[in-house]
Amino acid sequence: MRIAIIGFGSVGRGVAEVIAAKTTGLIITAVADSRSGIIDGSGLDIAAILRNKQATGMCGTPDITVSDIISSDAYDVLVEVSPTNAETGEPALGYIRQALAGGKHVVTSNKGPVALKFEELHALAADNNVSLRYEATVCGAIPLMHTIKHGIAGNEITRLYGVFNGTCNYILTRMAEEGLTYQQALLEARELGYAEADPTYDVQGIDAAIKLVILANAVWGMKKSLSDVDIIGIDRVTTAAIALAEREDQTIRLIGEIDPANEIIRVSPSIIPKSHPLVVRDTLNAVTIETLLAGEITLIGKGAGSSETASAVIADLLFIRDCYGRRD
Amino acid sequence: MKLEMKDSPGQLVSVIQPISDIGGNILSVIHERDPETGGDLLDLQIMCEIPEGSLDALLSEFRRREINVLRVGEERLLVRRSIILIGHLIHTNISDTIDRIDSTGYAEVHELSMVMPAINEPSSTRMTIKSDCLKDINRALAILRDVARDKGFLIIESLEGN
Ligand SMILES: NC(=O)c1ccc[n+]([C@@H]2O[C@H](COP(=O)([O-])OP(=O)(O)OC[C@H]3O[C@@H](n4cnc5c(N)ncnc54)[C@H](OP(=O)(O)O)[C@@H]3O)[C@@H](O)[C@H]2O)c1
Repeated sequence: MRIAIIGFGSVGRGVAEVIAAKTTGLIITAVADSRSGIIDGSGLDIAAILRNKQATGMCGTPDITVSDIISSDAYDVLVEVSPTNAETGEPALGYIRQALAGGKHVVTSNKGPVALKFEELHALAADNNVSLRYEATVCGAIPLMHTIKHGIAGNEITRLYGVFNGTCNYILTRMAEEGLTYQQALLEARELGYAEADPTYDVQGIDAAIKLVILANAVWGMKKSLSDVDIIGIDRVTTAAIALAEREDQTIRLIGEIDPANEIIRVSPSIIPKSHPLVVRDTLNAVTIETLLAGEITLIGKGAGSSETASAVIADLLFIRDCYGRRD
Repeated sequence: MKLEMKDSPGQLVSVIQPISDIGGNILSVIHERDPETGGDLLDLQIMCEIPEGSLDALLSEFRRREINVLRVGEERLLVRRSIILIGHLIHTNISDTIDRIDSTGYAEVHELSMVMPAINEPSSTRMTIKSDCLKDINRALAILRDVARDKGFLIIESLEGN
């Protein structure tokens, strides 16, 4: 199965490294970053491309564009791992549309297009008899979509709630355990590379809310958008508030929750017993799935990182390989 | 509740045991020998707090132990909820905030612990409200959410398992 990778940053390189190092039956035939591209239908030399990227900042040559790659016939699955735009989804949205319409499978880690246009993209994939998979968009390495769609298929999901943002979880953990102020903990998260220079999306709960939108639409077909989520971030949480909770063996975590029966879709700092399985440390994510047949299932794991996100992308690719077989 | 039982050693324990077994909490016990029923029967009045929905189990356990339940008094539920408020609680008339709950008649502020911050910084307060039933607690929480919105507080609620 031939793979084209769009975006050669932390996730794209992580995916390429795994494919180059393992015998998965996957071949990378095209790669693009923001300024260059490279195509070879018989398979690329990944080690050389990684070296080239490191040396020149480009994975290929400027004369090959993303559009050249997507409209080519050199690949079976598009791995779309370019930067997220939460407002428009572009340019990734256009890339995904074009690939699906051309009868190619798509695997993405990009929340923008999936949160904004789930219904359209889902229908487009079905019309073209191809697969659109997006495990990496929600909770990184945790196989949440796979668990819901396959592992506990046949269950009615009654409620989903959990810790969907590792940056916020890190900040709250540090405030609770070390008594740091919010500002101190944020600074530390930045220094460790857990928070972006502009942490707005994370600390105001928007990133977690986007993940809830994806889940609401993918799990329940709810047709929700970001404006349907009640969002409160962690930027006003005080160390004193956490200390008050800790006195009663509780703590405060940023919890995202979808409870369809009670029409709840919200992200908010919540008081939670310290013994609760969702109270995980540092940058971990954790999600509890409430079901009718299986009862409660809680998944815990890394929500971000190069190899962790690549893990979810690779699993999606291998799922497609197993379902659709090789085309060539 | 009012109970009737044989006045023999160990009998009081057989009443107290089932209450503590279901996680209950005895508030008061009054016992008296009823002169009219002769000497060997004891009347007992017990006031206790027991977990929601456990009354039937307790009554059947008394029956099994051949303790006669004469009367179950007014059954009152007690529900408590804690929230944390972050904001300028004092400068926005804290007694008014408390009063908005106490004046409902169905819920009251039961406990308040506040951590005073540096001047002009928002304070953090844990507030426990209590009421007789879940519905009223939820009504009271809705009032608090409104107050929080009007006064610019951040309200942090407990994650509830359904
Ligand atoms: N990193 C994680 O832990 C994680 C976890 C879950 C989801 N995600 C999502 O996965 C995606 C990739 O994340 P990342 O961490 O790998 O980002 P990144 O390190 O910033 O890499 C982004 C890559 O996309 C390329 N790019 C930028 N604009 C492009 C365009 N218009 N067309 C084609 N390529 C373009 C960049 O090119 P240059 O190299 O030329 O700049 C870069 O190679 C994002 O949508 C992110 O939200 C990431």
